[in-house]
Amino acid sequence: MAATTPDVRRDGRSILERSPSARRADPLFRATLIALAALILALIAFFFVYLINKAQPALSHQGVLSFLFTNDWNPSKQIFGAWPLVAGTLISAAIALVIGVPIAVATALFITELAPRKVRSPLIVLVELLAAVPSVVYGLWGIFVLIPKLKPAEQWFADSFDFLPFVGGHVAGPNYFIAGLILAIMILPIVSAISREVISTVPPDLKEASLALGATRWEMIRMAVLPYSRSGITGAAMLGLGRAIGETIAVTLVIGNSPTIGKQIFDQGYTLAAVIANEFGEAANDKLHAGALFAAGLVLFVLTLLINAAARGLVRRAERSSRPPTKVKAVPGAGA
Amino acid sequence: MTDPTTDTKTMTDSSTPAGPSGSHAPLTVPETPAREAVVTQAAPGISVTGLQAYYGSGHAIKDVSIEYAPNKVTAMIGPSGSGKSTVLRCINRMHEEIPGARAEGKVLLDDADIYGPSVDVVAVRRAIGMVFQKPNPFPTMSIFDNVAAGLKLNGVRGVDLKERVERSLRGASLWEEVKDRLNEPGIGLSGGQQQRLCIARTIAVEPQVILMDEPCSALDPIATLKIEELIDDLKQRFTIVIVTHNMQQAARVADTTAFFLAGELIEHAPTNDVFTNPSDSRTEEYVTGKFG
Amino acid sequence: MSATTALAPLTGRRKATDKAMRGLLAAATLVALVPLVLVIYYLLKKGLGAWSWDFFTTDPTGNFLGDQGGIKSALLGTIEMVLLASLIAIPIGWGVGLYLVEYGRKGRFAATVRYFVDVMTGVPSIVFGLFIYVTLVLGGWGGSSFAGWKGSIALALLMLPVVTRSAEVVLLLVPDGLREAALALGTPRWRVTMKVVLPTALPGLITGSLLAVARAAGETAPLLFTATIVNATTFNLGDRMNSLPVQIYTDVGSPNDQLVQRAWGAALTLVCLILLTTLVARLASRRSRL
Repeated sequence: MAATTPDVRRDGRSILERSPSARRADPLFRATLIALAALILALIAFFFVYLINKAQPALSHQGVLSFLFTNDWNPSKQIFGAWPLVAGTLISAAIALVIGVPIAVATALFITELAPRKVRSPLIVLVELLAAVPSVVYGLWGIFVLIPKLKPAEQWFADSFDFLPFVGGHVAGPNYFIAGLILAIMILPIVSAISREVISTVPPDLKEASLALGATRWEMIRMAVLPYSRSGITGAAMLGLGRAIGETIAVTLVIGNSPTIGKQIFDQGYTLAAVIANEFGEAANDKLHAGALFAAGLVLFVLTLLINAAARGLVRRAERSSRPPTKVKAVPGAGA
Repeated sequence: MTDPTTDTKTMTDSSTPAGPSGSHAPLTVPETPAREAVVTQAAPGISVTGLQAYYGSGHAIKDVSIEYAPNKVTAMIGPSGSGKSTVLRCINRMHEEIPGARAEGKVLLDDADIYGPSVDVVAVRRAIGMVFQKPNPFPTMSIFDNVAAGLKLNGVRGVDLKERVERSLRGASLWEEVKDRLNEPGIGLSGGQQQRLCIARTIAVEPQVILMDEPCSALDPIATLKIEELIDDLKQRFTIVIVTHNMQQAARVADTTAFFLAGELIEHAPTNDVFTNPSDSRTEEYVTGKFG
Repeated sequence: MSATTALAPLTGRRKATDKAMRGLLAAATLVALVPLVLVIYYLLKKGLGAWSWDFFTTDPTGNFLGDQGGIKSALLGTIEMVLLASLIAIPIGWGVGLYLVEYGRKGRFAATVRYFVDVMTGVPSIVFGLFIYVTLVLGGWGGSSFAGWKGSIALALLMLPVVTRSAEVVLLLVPDGLREAALALGTPRWRVTMKVVLPTALPGLITGSLLAVARAAGETAPLLFTATIVNATTFNLGDRMNSLPVQIYTDVGSPNDQLVQRAWGAALTLVCLILLTTLVARLASRRSRL
C-alpha cells in the first residue's frame, strides 16, 4: 500500500494555525470572568465606605472605643455604649458553639462512618431539613414553644447547679440560653454538612489501613478520619460561629432585647444584630441613633471579617501540617 | 491484524535483573525480526532541537535534542523525575498549561515548528494527541459521545460521526466489546477498556502523532498486554512516543528507546541496543537495575 | 498515615469504648433531629388550622380589629423577589466560581477574590439589608423609596457568596484529568470550561444554587428596610412589596391571637415552599457524577 504523504497544510495555511476569530474567544471569555470576579471586590469596598460614612456621626459623638466598651446603651439619652450588645452577641454565639458543634460533628461522623447505607440518605435529608427552617420560624417556635416548655427545666437546672459559673438566679422567659440553643439548632446543618463533606474525602485506603491493623471502628475514626478532617471541621465550626454571630431575627425574638449584660445564662440579653432590627423604626429620623445602629452593623461586619480571617488562617496552617507533602502534579491552570 | 512477533513477546519477569548485588543476567530481549509493520498511513516524524523546559524557576529539561522517527514507536525511559514526562508534554505543548511553566526550543512536526510565533497551541494538539496515565473518559458522556468528543467539542463539521466512531473503536480494539452498548456511560467500563476508549477518542480526531504517558501503569497485566498489542497496530498509522517506567514494556513495544536522566537525554538507540549493549554507563546502570 | 502506633490486643476495654462511642454518636444524631420533629409538629399543629382557601387568596387587611385577612401579597411577594434575586446572583456566582477554578487557582488577584467571597459568606444578612438601605434607599438611587427590587438586590448579595462558594467547591471536584483530556484533544480553553467542566459540574452547581435560593426565601432581615412591608399585592417591583418572612415577623409581635395564628399559617407555608426547593435541589444532586 503506497504511503500517503502527511498533509500539514490545509486551506492554504498550516494546520497549526487557527482563524483569528476563534483565537479571540479565549481571551474574551477570560476577561468576562475576571470582570465578574472584580465585581465582588468592588462591592466589598463599597460596603465599607458607605457603612463607615453613615456610622461616622455616632462614632464621633461617642468615640470608637467608648462605643465598643461602654456598658450603657441608652438611645433616649443619646448614650451609645454597645458593650452589652457585643457581650450578648458573643455569649449567645458561644453557647451555640458549645452545644451545636459537638452534636454536628457527631452527626457527620455517624452518617458517614457508622450508619448503615440504607439509613444514610434519609438521615442526611433530615439534617438538611433543619436548615430549611428559616430563622423567623425558629423565632416563632422559640417564643411560643421552646420558652414556655423549657422554663421549668431551666429553673430546675439553675437551682440545682448554681455552683457553676453563670448559672443560677431567676430564669427569664427569653434569655441567652434559649437564644444560644436556637442558634445551635440553626448552625447544626451547616457545620454538619461541611463536616460530612470533609469526612467523606478521607481517602478510603487511609481508613482501610487502620482497619487492616485491627482497629475498631471508633479507633479508625479517631486515628484516620478525625486527624485528616481536623482543619475542615474547624472551618465548618468557624462558619457556624459566623452564622451565629450574625443571626438576627430568631435571636431578637427570644433573647429579651434587654440592653444589659446578664450575670447568668438564663438572663435576658441583647445582641448587635437584634438592636439593629429592633430600633431601626424609631431611629429612622434620628441621625445619631441611626448612626449608632450603622456603627453596630459595622462592628458586626468587622467581627465577621476577623472570624473568617482567623478561620482561614487556622485551616491553612492545619492543612499544611496534617497533609503529607504531595508530588507536584501537572495541573492545567491558566498557563496559556 | 496480528503481529508476527506476538509469540516472542513473552518476557517474563524471571529474566529481570536480580537484586542490589550487581551480578545478574542482562535483560533478555526477544529476537526481534525487523518490526517493519506495514505502514498504511505515513505519519510525520518529530524533530526536537534544544528543548528547555522550566517549572517556574526550576530548570527541568536541559537542552534536549531528539528525533522521533515516523511510524515508529519511541520509548522514553528513566527514573522518576528524569524529565521524560515533561519532554512528552512539551511535544503537544501541554507543559505550558501548568501555571508558571514554560518551554523553549524547536520542535518540528515534519517541517513546521510547533513553537513558532504564529502557531496556535490548540491546533497543535489536534495534530498531536495524548493518552494519559489514568484513563479519563468524560463522565457525563456515553461511550459513543466520548469517542466523538474531540470532534464535537471542536465543532468539527461534515464528518459522519457514526462511521468515525466505529472506525476509531475498531482502531482501538474496542469495537467488538462495546458495539452493543454505545449509549452507556463511558465510565461504566473496566480500567483497561476505559483506556482503550481514551485511545479511540484520541485517534478519532485523526492526529498524526500519539503521545502516551505511562498508559498502562494503572492497568492490570492483561489489559496492559492488550494495549501493547494495540500500540503495535497503531504505529502503522501514527508516530508513537511512549513514556514508560517499565523497561520490559519498552523492550516489548518500542523500536527505539531514549534514556533520560535529570532532565538530559543520555542515550537514544534501537531498543535492542539500549538494553543489551548500551553505550553510556549510566544507561547500563539503569537498565540493569542499579538504580531507579 | 503518620506514626501508626501498634494497637494493643483487642481487649474488652477497646471493644467497650468502641461500643460506647458508637452509641454516643448515634444518640447525638437522634438528638440533632429532635428539634426538627418538634418544629414540624408545632408548625402543623398550629399552622394547618390557619390554612384555607381565603388564607392564600386574600391580602392582609391591616385592620386593627376584626378580619385580618390572609397572606396572598406576602406569598407572591416572596416569589417575585426571590426570583429576581436568583436571576442576578446565580449567573454571577457561577461566573466567579468558574474564574476561580479555571483561571485563578494561583495568583494574587484570584486569592484576593477568593478571600473576599469568603468574607461575604459570613456577612450577616442584616448588614446586607443595611447596605442596600444606605445606598439605594437613603442614597436615593432608583428613587428614595422602599421597593421590591431593592429587596431583591439585598437578597442577591446574600446569595452571591453562597452560590460562588458552592460553585467553586463543585468545580474543583471536576477531576483535572478531564480538563487535560479535553485540552489534549485540541479544545480551546473556553470550550473545555463550557462543554466539559460545566456539564460535569452542573448537577452540583444546581444543588448549590437551589440551596441558596431556599435560604434567600426565608430571610427577613435584608427585607426589613428595603422592601419592608405592605398589605396589598403588587407585581410592581418598584413598589414596596410584602414577603412571607417579614409578614410573619410583624405578626409575631402582636397581641392579637388571629395574627399569631396567621403567623403560624404563614410559617408553615414558607417552610413548605423552602422544602420544595430543597427537595428539587436534592434530586438534582442525585444526578451528579462527581
